Amino acid sequence: MTDLTKLTIAQARDAIRKGDTTSAEITNACLSAIEGAGALGAFVHHTPEIAANQAKAADARIKAGDAPAMCGIPLGIKDLFCTKGVPSQAASGILEGFKPEYESTVTTQLFDAGAVMLGKLNMDEFAMGSSNETSVYGNAVNPWRRGNEDTALTPGGSSGGSASAVAADLCLGATGTDTGGSIRQPAAFVGITGLKPTYGRVSRWGIVAFASSLDQAGPMTKDVRDSAIMLQAMCGHDPMDSTSADLAVPDFEAALTGDIKGKTIGIPKEYRMDGMPEEIEKLWADGTAMLKDAGAKIADITLPHTKYALPAYYVIAPAEASSNLARYDGVRFGHRAKLAQGDGITEMYEKTRAEGFGPEVQRRVMIGTYVLSAGFYDAYYNRARKVRALIKRDFDQVFADGVDAILTPATPSAAFGLGENMDPIQMYLNDVFTVTVNLAGLPGISVPAGLDSQGLPLGLQLIGRPWEEAELLNTAYALEQAAGFVAKPTKWW
Amino acid sequence: MSIDTETARRVAKLARIKVEDDQLPALASEFSAILGFIEQLNEVDVEGVEPMTSVTPQRLKRRDDVVTDGSQQEAVLKNAPDAREGFFAVPKVVE
Repeated sequence: MTDLTKLTIAQARDAIRKGDTTSAEITNACLSAIEGAGALGAFVHHTPEIAANQAKAADARIKAGDAPAMCGIPLGIKDLFCTKGVPSQAASGILEGFKPEYESTVTTQLFDAGAVMLGKLNMDEFAMGSSNETSVYGNAVNPWRRGNEDTALTPGGSSGGSASAVAADLCLGATGTDTGGSIRQPAAFVGITGLKPTYGRVSRWGIVAFASSLDQAGPMTKDVRDSAIMLQAMCGHDPMDSTSADLAVPDFEAALTGDIKGKTIGIPKEYRMDGMPEEIEKLWADGTAMLKDAGAKIADITLPHTKYALPAYYVIAPAEASSNLARYDGVRFGHRAKLAQGDGITEMYEKTRAEGFGPEVQRRVMIGTYVLSAGFYDAYYNRARKVRALIKRDFDQVFADGVDAILTPATPSAAFGLGENMDPIQMYLNDVFTVTVNLAGLPGISVPAGLDSQGLPLGLQLIGRPWEEAELLNTAYALEQAAGFVAKPTKWW
Repeated sequence: MSIDTETARRVAKLARIKVEDDQLPALASEFSAILGFIEQLNEVDVEGVEPMTSVTPQRLKRRDDVVTDGSQQEAVLKNAPDAREGFFAVPKVVE
């Protein structure tokens, strides 16, 4: 075994089962890699003691012959997941010092399967952002650089720390969450695989809420097979989440045959945006050709309401956020502002929230408050929910016409420089290809498919039918095999 | 839609976020830009469309109305900025 941190989850699983290595060895290798990677800003809370104990327990389980696929696999956990006794602050100042008394369903399931937690990962504050620049911890940095430049690039967001950590081989996989593209955009920016499951596939219990009708957790991994393995351990029905689906979970890894003969892949014309870089256009055309060569039928399709997805999202998500974030009042957990003589409870709320929330979170809470306020509720919020219904109807129609999956670019550009993209609306446009999928509740996966002229990774997105993650993963697997993306960032950190 | 500073002040108040007076004009112009972007939605014909309540066509599940949890006062108060005698403590609310 040369460099244990470079293993995929599947390789590590097989090596551990064969006795070629142990969870403790891989875990230690990851902990050393993390120690040397402070410049990436990926890990923001380190849990080496928990990791050591979990690795030891995993090795004992494997010895005893009880080894689920995730047993002994060291992971990073996005700071949005509540982890018992370990800081979980959604990268926000308002949750400073918060140590949950409970464990999220996703992390409970992963730990029950024997996975090892190395620490908590950086992200945009409350998952609101597309560049990891709204984090109270400071930026996470992309391990990739443009050519020989040393400009620090964004790993994307909101799951920027997860993306950076997986791409830099600090962990074998990471949890992410995706409300408008927060798994798929960062995965594309760092050349890894990121899967957002169907809404309801993965329990939201114990994940700090942003926009509850859109939020979904998923795996961020080095390849498609690893996403299948990790999703298996993360998903399933949970009575603690009333929107969790009570449906059978198929064997995702077993679905990876690479055979997509006769499948119909839709190419939506509305995703060909004005001013789209030629390289993205070419990547998309190449991906289409690859799927065709693999035996799929290609169909031109139309999703007419695509253009309205982002504006609808920027009503619905802030509206839900303003309601969800009302709980941060300085009473039950987290930060409370120091009060002046004579300050009452209203001053306490107002000062606490002004100090605890960063500018982007404040902006979204206030936009959400506005669109829900008396006199504007119908004009903004209800109208956005109607447009959302139309966006979902577009997809329903296409799937009813026999399309099995839809291929699009994952992002409108490669990773940009930190600090280069400061206008909020320009930032929102990052999610133009991903946000439709959240609004329609569909599964979507980002697969690395090539490099741009500056040597930065680019991703393609596949969108599947509801609950058909297995088929979607298999199509992604076929694309991955055809694309043959193996590039890694050159270590500078 | 252009948002004036009075509206920005009212929204900040509703959201219980303290915004200093000198910050209000900048906030109002940010709101105006974002709402301008959102206003594209007015181009869409939504006649006869029901607003979406649930993205997956499933009935919200119900459970039996029985106690399943409780007696965790210590855990509940553990993260409170100010907890006293088994309660959350806040500034005086009633004169």
